[in-house]
Amino acid sequence: MADNDHSHDHDHDHTEPPGDLELKVKALESLLVEKGLVDPAALDVLIETYEHKVGPRNGAQVVAQAWAQPQFKEWLLRDGAAAIASLGFTGRQGEHLRVVENTTTVHNLVVCTLCSCYPWPVLGLPPVWYKSAPYRSRAVSDPRGVLAEFGTTLDHDTEIRVWDSTSEMRYLVLPQRPQGTQDWTQAQLASLVSRNAMIGVEKAQQPEDGTAA
Amino acid sequence: MSGGHDLGGLSGLGPIAPEPESNEPVFHAEWEKRVFALTMASGSLRRWNLDESRHARERQHPADYLRNSYYENWLAGLETLLVEKGLLSAKELATGVSQGEVSDSEAAPLRASDVPQVLSRGGPVEMVIEGAPCFTPGDRVRVCSQDPRAHTRAPVYVRGRIGRIKAHHGAHVFADQHARGQREGRHLYSVAFSSSELWASSENRDTEFKVMVDLWEPHLELA
Repeated sequence: MADNDHSHDHDHDHTEPPGDLELKVKALESLLVEKGLVDPAALDVLIETYEHKVGPRNGAQVVAQAWAQPQFKEWLLRDGAAAIASLGFTGRQGEHLRVVENTTTVHNLVVCTLCSCYPWPVLGLPPVWYKSAPYRSRAVSDPRGVLAEFGTTLDHDTEIRVWDSTSEMRYLVLPQRPQGTQDWTQAQLASLVSRNAMIGVEKAQQPEDGTAA
Repeated sequence: MSGGHDLGGLSGLGPIAPEPESNEPVFHAEWEKRVFALTMASGSLRRWNLDESRHARERQHPADYLRNSYYENWLAGLETLLVEKGLLSAKELATGVSQGEVSDSEAAPLRASDVPQVLSRGGPVEMVIEGAPCFTPGDRVRVCSQDPRAHTRAPVYVRGRIGRIKAHHGAHVFADQHARGQREGRHLYSVAFSSSELWASSENRDTEFKVMVDLWEPHLELA
């Protein structure tokens, strides 16, 4: 969605920047560069990394491997950080990863009510809504209402567990494997795993209509 | 401190209105990219830590915190720290003009070639400390009700509430003190609260659910 067709009449955590904000940030960058505190080439690499390299496809790969390989899944749930590191996803904001599993009786949902803590190596930077006041306020007090806003409904007796990321522990949801995917390859399975499913606001996508068992 | 950032349980903040995942950019404006990268690069100068960074954003007036967009809050926090730590003077920040003096000649800027290594190293906070954990899984604990009037990772909505220790994560750097520049380990736990304990008087009760909050030993006492 381009900036210029992205307008809101509500006040969530995302405002159109006034032009002077653009200028203010440019001035700050120039000042820090001039004082030798910041290398602009490093800024470009940081942006490139999180805009194009580190993102939820990493997490989808982790989930698909857990669905396909029971031993990996057991390791992932026991020691999430080590199992995920074995796939090459490590580092900043993923130093202490824990994976929580959705089952037929339990549904997990992740939030950071105090700021925006999020498992960067597997999901990239958090979406606007995850950082917004409406989500942060209500995920811990009305999770079913929150899930409904994402079009997600659960059986009435499903136990909801909300994980508030108040420490440097980072939480990743392992969604339930969809029915009718027994013969799928890991790459095919990964295509069913949305970022939102790994935060817990949605379920994994079902195989295309008509092909589901 | 219970500032504008401590949002758990507040109502009236409107719908979530998520953008569709398939069509959502990582950044929504050029300046957001630069604020993100400037914050990361400045942080790597090691003149402050992540909890000081969080605290700098949270210390804003609650009205400003809530009115600002996410990266506006990052910018506000960065400006505060740059001045407080003496990397920029208030005059330089206000005018955008360098006054010449090198405020911190020891500060080594992050180089592009070092970015991958710095990111992959991250900032682990697990520590080995003396002293066994005071609590074991299953223990009933109450969260301290006092507001420390400084940075804390114990949110208001669990203060004074009773939960159960679900897991011991080991000893992690205690965030509340880390925000004051002290790196000390304390035992960290996952504490499970029932929705009826947290929201007994609220209209939000549908069916029961659980909220798991990570809290350090100094936040807790046996109930």
